[in-house]
Order: sequence, then structure tokens, then C-alpha cells
Amino acid sequence: MSALLLLYRREVSLLWAGGGGPLLACGFALAVTAALPLAIGSEPVRLVPVAAGTTWIVLALASLLSLERLFERDHEDGALDLLALGPPTLEAVFAVKTAAQWTAVGLPLSLAAPVAALSLGLDPALAPLTAGAAALAGLAFAAVGALAAALSLGSKRGGLLVAVIALPLYAPPVIFGAGTVTAAQEGTSPGPALALLAAYALFACALTPFAGGAAIRNAQG
Amino acid sequence: MDIENGSQMIAALHVSDLSISRGERRLFAGLSFAVKAGEAAQLTGANGAGKTSLLRAVAGLLRPDAGEVRFDGAGGPLDAGTARSGGVQMLAHQEGFRPGRTARAELTFQARWFGASAEAVTAAAKRLDLVPLLDLEVRVLSAGQRRRLALASLVAANRPLWLLDEPLAPLDARRRAQAAEIMAEHLNGGGLILAAVHDPLPVAARDIVVGAAA
Repeated sequence: MSALLLLYRREVSLLWAGGGGPLLACGFALAVTAALPLAIGSEPVRLVPVAAGTTWIVLALASLLSLERLFERDHEDGALDLLALGPPTLEAVFAVKTAAQWTAVGLPLSLAAPVAALSLGLDPALAPLTAGAAALAGLAFAAVGALAAALSLGSKRGGLLVAVIALPLYAPPVIFGAGTVTAAQEGTSPGPALALLAAYALFACALTPFAGGAAIRNAQG
Repeated sequence: MDIENGSQMIAALHVSDLSISRGERRLFAGLSFAVKAGEAAQLTGANGAGKTSLLRAVAGLLRPDAGEVRFDGAGGPLDAGTARSGGVQMLAHQEGFRPGRTARAELTFQARWFGASAEAVTAAAKRLDLVPLLDLEVRVLSAGQRRRLALASLVAANRPLWLLDEPLAPLDARRRAQAAEIMAEHLNGGGLILAAVHDPLPVAARDIVVGAAA
């Protein structure tokens, strides 16, 4: 157990190091959000209807940024081979890296999400709901994204491949996450969409370690 | 708990009839040998003969085409997965230290990942005269210093089977003598060493020639 805790602390500190993870992701998310009014006009009548949807697209894209490094660096410098020889299984290693990715990127992004949504004109009363749904969506983004990173291990243009594998799997959390906030905006219950979002996130967390462990083993062989 | 049991358990390594290919090329076929507790074996052969691949196959990182790698404990055959996760440590060509982290952080992480206690890590760092280097980032260490860091991780974790890939290559004469001492101690304590080498190991070791299978 303590070995996994050590790994978690190492991964989080690696993601924080040099501003790579959270600052880059949040900066990217806010910069893209700021560009939207420039493209479609700054009248609230245009921005408010797309506030929730835009926020989730931006979250999904920002979640992709540091994924390539999640396993690739360890693969290149031989650390992944050592991780494979420890008492914890590669499935556990994968789960810990997913958790670190969520802590260092998903949670900071869930704080940036309400800022982005409010700046597009979302009702401030919906900010806590937006942050909560973004944290759940971040869990799904981290799990599915880590799987994409493991699957693209060893390929020459890994970064591109990660995005191509991950984005289709990001569709459900984008739909349910944006749907949660839109439903609340329209005065209907956000419950059903939020429940589906939570289900997808938990499902992803439960299943991806097995696929991810196998993908890492395959890349090593 | 498991780690403690693990470090007691591998008494012999048996490789039987092993064949390995990389891509389309068959590296070697029908290789068999055994290493028992207290013994060292050195793999020799030309560049590209498959020495590193053989080490990776023993570590379970590479699937052989045919043949078997078996680990025996005191009381008979062990499950290969358990034996590897509790009793095998590899010093590969790349040591697996992240350049941007301090030597202390990376040594501590690696050694403890393999089951070392915090005290054992400190003692091993002292033993290899690494203490003044521990606060430096790995990126500024020389190849020899990085290799000593990896040796410290082996000493601290003290797993029974060491798989070493050219362990002495970057070390100077004085450090080679120190590495020889460490290996001799490991063997005296009932450890096993399987090393890929071009220069002979500084301890008594059986030669195993890899390659020439065509």
C-alpha cells in the first residue's frame, strides 16, 4: 500500500513540476474561453445559450494536454519497466496514475470551469453545480485519457494518437456534463444527466485499469 | 509482509529451451541454463545477440517465443508472477531515474517501490558515497553517478535475483572495485546475479554465450 502512496505522490509532483499540469490546463481553458466572444460576438444573447456547451468542450480539450507524458516519459527512461517489477500490479499503477492525473489536472480544471462558464454569462447560482459536474467529468477524462495514453505508448506521434483515441470516448461526459448545467439553466432537474455523468465516470474508473495494464504490458513486450 | 517473504524466497532460476525474436529476427533458440542461490552467471555475446532481451524475458517484460523461465524457492517451484514482483530487481541500461527530480527523491522512490525501508535507503546511499549528491537533480549527475544511484537502489531493496545489464560500463576503477564488493556480498548472502556483460564480472561467474542461433 505504501508503495502506491509513494507512486501517487511522485506522479502528482511530476505533474505539478514546471507548471506543466494544472497551470497549463487552466490557462489553456481560460484562453480558449476568452477567444469565443471574439469569434461569435460578445452579446449575451449569443453567449449564454452556448456557455455550458463551450465550457465542456474546453474542459475536454484542456484535459488532453498533459496526457501524453503520463506513461511515455516512464516508458522512455526505463521507469515503467521498474514499475512492472514492483509488488503492485500494473493495473494498480494505472489506477494510481489516473488518480494523480485527476488530482493535478481534473480538480484544478473543475475550479476553472465555473470561471469560464460565468464569463460567458452563466447564472452565478449555477457555479457550484458546474464545478461539481466538472470534477466528475474530470474523473472520466482522466481515466479514459490515461487509457488512451497507455494505448498509444511507443508510437511515434503519440500525442496526436492520444487525442484521436480519447476524444470519441470523451463524448459521453461532454454530453452529460453540459446537459447537467443546461437542464439547470432551463429550470428542469439536473439530476438525470448528473447521474449518467457519475455512472460513466465510475464505469470508466472501474474498467480502464484492466485495459490500461494490458496495454502497458503489450508496449513493453 | 509479502516483500519480506519475497526477499527470502528465490533459491534458483531455471531457464529452459528459451527462444526469443525481436521483430522478424530470431535472436536465439533453445537456450537453457540455471543459476542457484549464491551464484553469478554472465551473459556474453556480440552486440545485438539478445543479452538484454534475455534479461527482459527473465524479468517477465518480454514474452519469449518458446521455452520457460522458472523460479524455485526453498520448497519447490514458485509462481512466476509472485517471484518477480517480490524477488527480482533489474538494473537496465537506462536506470529509470527522472532527470527533473532530485537524486534523493528518485532513489527513495525506486528503492522503496522494490520494498526497501527508509533506513536501508539511507544506509545504501552512505555506502555508495552518494550523500553529497542527493540534493542534486538527476539531470546533472554523470553516467557513473547515476549508475551508483541505481546500485544503491539494488543494495537498499536487497531482492534476491539481480538482473544487471552492463552494470560496470560507466564506472571508474575505484567504483568498479566497490561494485565488486557489493556483488560479492550479495552472493554471500544467498543472492543470485544474472548479468549481461562485455567486460567480465568482477566476481566468480559462469559464462553463458547468447546468440549464434541464426
